[in-house]
Amino acid sequence: MSVPLLSALIFFPIIGGFSLLIVKREDVQAIKTMALIISLIEFVLALPLFFMFDKTTYLMQFTEHHAWIPAFNISYSLGVDGISVLFILLSALITVLSILVSWESIQTKVLEFFLSVLVLEGVMIGVFCALDLFLFYIFWEAMLIPMFLIIGVWGGPNRLYATIKFFLYTLVGSLLMLIGMITLYMNGGHTFDILKLAEHTYSFRLQMILFLAFFAAFAVKVPMWPVHTWLPDAHTEAPAAGSVILAAILIKMGAYGFLRFSMPILPDATQAMMIPMIVLSLIGIVYGAIICLAQSDLKRLIAYSSVSHMGFVTLGMYALNTQSVEGSILQMINHGVVTGALFLCIGMVYERTHTRVIADYGGLATTMPVFGGFFLLFTLAAVGLPATNGFIGEFLILLGSFIALPWAAFFAATGLILGAWYMLWLYQRVFFNPVNDKVIGLPELNVREIVTLLPMVVLVFWIGLYPDAMLSFMHESVAHLLQQVNGTAGVEHVKQVTSIVLH
Amino acid sequence: MRTRALNIIFLVLTLTGFCCLPTAALSAHEQATHTPAITVDAEHGGAALHAHSEEAGQHTSATSHEENMRQIVAPIENGSIPGYLLLIPFLPLASFIFTLLLGKRLGVRSHWVPIITVLISFSCALKAFFEVKSGHYINQDLYTWISSGNTRVAVGFLLDQLTSVMLIVVTTISALVHIYSVGYMKGEDGYYRFFSYLSLFTFSMLMLVLGNNFMQLFFGWEAVGLSSYLLIGFYYEKVSAADAGRKAFLVNRIGDFGFILGLFLVFVNFGSLHYYDVFSQTGQIVGQTFSIFGMTFDMPTAICLLLLCGAIGKSAQIPLHVWLPDAMEGPTPVSALIHAATMVTAGVFLVARCNPLFELSHYALNVVTLIGVVTCLFAATIALVQTDIKRVVAYSTVSQLAYMFIGCGVGAYSAGIFHLFTHAFFKALLFLGCGSIILGMHHEQEVKFMGGLKRYMPITYWTFLLASLSISGVPGLAGFFSKDEILTMAFNSEIGTGKFAWFIGTFVAFLTAFYSFRLFFLIFHGEFRGTAKQKAHLKESSPVVTIPLLLLAVGAVCAGWFGIPALLGGHNYWAHFLAPVLGHPHMNISTYAESMLMGSSVLAGGCGILLAFYMYITKPEIPAVLAERFPKVYRLLLNKYYIDEIYIGGIVEPTLSFSRRILLKIVDIGIIENIVNGIPRGIGNFSNKIRKLQDGQVSHYLAWMGGSALFIFVYLFTK
Repeated sequence: MSVPLLSALIFFPIIGGFSLLIVKREDVQAIKTMALIISLIEFVLALPLFFMFDKTTYLMQFTEHHAWIPAFNISYSLGVDGISVLFILLSALITVLSILVSWESIQTKVLEFFLSVLVLEGVMIGVFCALDLFLFYIFWEAMLIPMFLIIGVWGGPNRLYATIKFFLYTLVGSLLMLIGMITLYMNGGHTFDILKLAEHTYSFRLQMILFLAFFAAFAVKVPMWPVHTWLPDAHTEAPAAGSVILAAILIKMGAYGFLRFSMPILPDATQAMMIPMIVLSLIGIVYGAIICLAQSDLKRLIAYSSVSHMGFVTLGMYALNTQSVEGSILQMINHGVVTGALFLCIGMVYERTHTRVIADYGGLATTMPVFGGFFLLFTLAAVGLPATNGFIGEFLILLGSFIALPWAAFFAATGLILGAWYMLWLYQRVFFNPVNDKVIGLPELNVREIVTLLPMVVLVFWIGLYPDAMLSFMHESVAHLLQQVNGTAGVEHVKQVTSIVLH
Repeated sequence: MRTRALNIIFLVLTLTGFCCLPTAALSAHEQATHTPAITVDAEHGGAALHAHSEEAGQHTSATSHEENMRQIVAPIENGSIPGYLLLIPFLPLASFIFTLLLGKRLGVRSHWVPIITVLISFSCALKAFFEVKSGHYINQDLYTWISSGNTRVAVGFLLDQLTSVMLIVVTTISALVHIYSVGYMKGEDGYYRFFSYLSLFTFSMLMLVLGNNFMQLFFGWEAVGLSSYLLIGFYYEKVSAADAGRKAFLVNRIGDFGFILGLFLVFVNFGSLHYYDVFSQTGQIVGQTFSIFGMTFDMPTAICLLLLCGAIGKSAQIPLHVWLPDAMEGPTPVSALIHAATMVTAGVFLVARCNPLFELSHYALNVVTLIGVVTCLFAATIALVQTDIKRVVAYSTVSQLAYMFIGCGVGAYSAGIFHLFTHAFFKALLFLGCGSIILGMHHEQEVKFMGGLKRYMPITYWTFLLASLSISGVPGLAGFFSKDEILTMAFNSEIGTGKFAWFIGTFVAFLTAFYSFRLFFLIFHGEFRGTAKQKAHLKESSPVVTIPLLLLAVGAVCAGWFGIPALLGGHNYWAHFLAPVLGHPHMNISTYAESMLMGSSVLAGGCGILLAFYMYITKPEIPAVLAERFPKVYRLLLNKYYIDEIYIGGIVEPTLSFSRRILLKIVDIGIIENIVNGIPRGIGNFSNKIRKLQDGQVSHYLAWMGGSALFIFVYLFTK
């Protein structure tokens, strides 16, 4: 591929973001319009990834490779495979929608805000493209800065506490990862090339140490139980766009890290840690769901529900079979779409009421029926109703984990009941019941807001009715990944497990 | 005088009991002398009954001639699905989308598209029925829904005898309810919303019955749950309605939890979720076991019990029955369509559809029967004392669904589906009748304020009477044939609990007749007990309401004539039609025993009607006396055995308080947050302390430098 598409995707929004500086600071409308146009161009630029992606191979595509710091074998290498390609598209889409949802709600330092969002977009895409561990780390850490600013500057009243917590949590994890990376470099043939590192074999002891080091970074980001407590605070204090990006993309990076590094590079440790990881995931699913029942704040509730949903993702990943891993990747996309959409919705209603307290709502379906319809749809997708995208992911994850370990599927499936409980209860308290005085006379969604939500509606049904559109990207890469993890013996292992189930 | 009245009641009760017992003895005797030609070995019954030959789908069995006809389900073919079959579900879907999006503009005209589409669906369903009748089956995939690894799930349609019957039931009742709703919902807010949800429901239910695989069944299953949720909560500003909708969805989810695990177990065993692939290879799971949590289950039993969880939830059987009575918060046409005639029968449909699996496990069949027995008695006793007319009919629905479960549980699936068919008519009629009364009474549902409505609402009166006679099992009417078929089959069954099911079933037939006519007499006879204002407005409902009532009344009378048993000179056309899919158990009992069974159930029904007449027309003071004499029993029944309270106190509240007090306060904030915030706080404290070293005093710095240097020297030299 002669056109450096991935580099373009990374740097176009960053450059575009800085080019906002040429606009007059007071001309808010121009800044917003320009930011929107940049993000739209970026989205269009990303489309070739969808249409020109070769689904018949697991090899990296759209690759770019340039020596960068030859002394340490560090290179600027990019590429995408079936695991990462969809996240790039999702990032591009989510950024457009976050810009749209911030149209009215961001009133101060408008230029800086859109600059941060666009820079964040470029860096996030960089994380998903990087094939060099060092480059990956740079993007990984760089991501923190714009996010830190978005929450810290445009956030709610308790934003400082939330940002520092978010920053420290992630930083501690990342530092352990940095140590792990250097160890890997020393032991893996003095290279940072992720693909080469995966070909190398490491002693089991080293694998376990590295696994734990990477685990620290990724588990915080996912976030897995019990390192999840930064998420509710960060979500609650972040502006709508921040919450959307956080939920849709940022927390996916932890899970992506497991898939890209821990699993292929450290297969033996992955096998060995299968049960502990599954147990942590199950705790996350049930714990996150039950604790949602105690929430009185809209955003906190959705944040805790993310803990539960991401538990499904890590469960699927570590059940280590095709259905569960594909389900897991799909569920990451789904969670991005659904939870992203829910945060968009909450942002829209917060703009009108300036309250996140659930008890301040009630009967909203009467004043804002169209909004009620959208929210209901996303609620149903979140509880995994068939024909919505949420169902497909949960179904594959549960099926895969049932094949691997029936008891795990048994516990995870309770998440379906609890999920319906807290989501429908939330929906009832906000949209049903007698009309609360505070929601009387609220204006219905305007065209801009409906346009913001429509792409998510399309995705909910598209993935829900024809998941092959997304799953077909993954088949080859997931098969390859599982081969790396399981080896030839691994296939036997899966068969054994299946036969245990049968007999 | 009071004691005399009570004595008469007890006499009648004992008589009913006694008329059952000798029948049992006689028939048992008959059975012993008439040794059936081929008996099924109880131990290997399941396996032997359904040993499948190597050729997939070719079912061989030595047990009876009927069995030989059985082809389970038609094999999957390639090719395009005929248009009329696609129209059946997808027209209502189109109508849903159209009405939802444009309904606001259409306003009071928004019922047209849903009604026309459902009528077209109905005519296509008729065509489908005649196709099946002439021997054309369809089993084709539309497209691949999910594919991952070796999992391939399709959206596809299966048209066979069972499907065609269900299509007729769903589209007929749905069409009538659509028309009725034009009158019932007139002038309501959200008129268009109501009709679009009705279309959504019709679509979902049709997808459920038309699917050719478990996954599509599950899709329809959850989608009808959604429509039900939306329609129960139609008056969403009412807290009780919103609560009821949520409760229905959640309780169903509990059932679906088992259902989906059952699907997984099916997949693990058969590598497919297609009915055909599963049912044609049932032989391979015989003797297999499934272990979880250190317990080992027989594989067929495990699969069936997990699937049964879903069926129990959807069909409101014990212990997941609690949502259905609350579902009466929805508009009455919805209660008729969803919560009586169609959706709640999905559980019965599931069991009947999966009969090749259930036949492998006598244990599971016994469980189905027992759940049916317990539920039918339980719900019928509650119905005796309720005063909200819709609740009485709701409990009666639970009880009648339990009859269908008994039918399936004793292996007489076609009898279960037969009762499903007849019940759809007379129960929809009862509900729509209630709706007509509620309209006439200006949204009053308490029977306490009714009475003597016969004069004002003649059409409602006569149709309600026919429905009540039908449900009471009066000979010749629909309910008689199907209920009798179930009870006879229960008695005839090889299943261990069969005789017990028959005994309780017959007793409940008496209760059914009693509570149905109690309701009937309280509504239509006696003096009007409402306000004068209500009385002034009492009038018969408009034709758009009464015409569906009259049409349903035809069904409530005639629907049973498809299955007139040989004993009464019929050919039991119904059972023969469904036999290829559902099989037909061999009759082990003599015609004499059969006639005794029939007689006892007719007698039980008759006693019930007479007792109701005595207690509510002849001596209307008796009920109060009884309630006074047995206050504990009365309150227990009035409060529905306190099941709701037990669930709330035992499950819901503890979970909520566990969430608030333990997880949030102790684990999340108390432990995790303290540790997380503790580390930086510790570092902060530490640095605060050593910060004091940097106090700006040069002499202090010098002292530290000197001291440190000294320490290093000493360390180096002593080393």
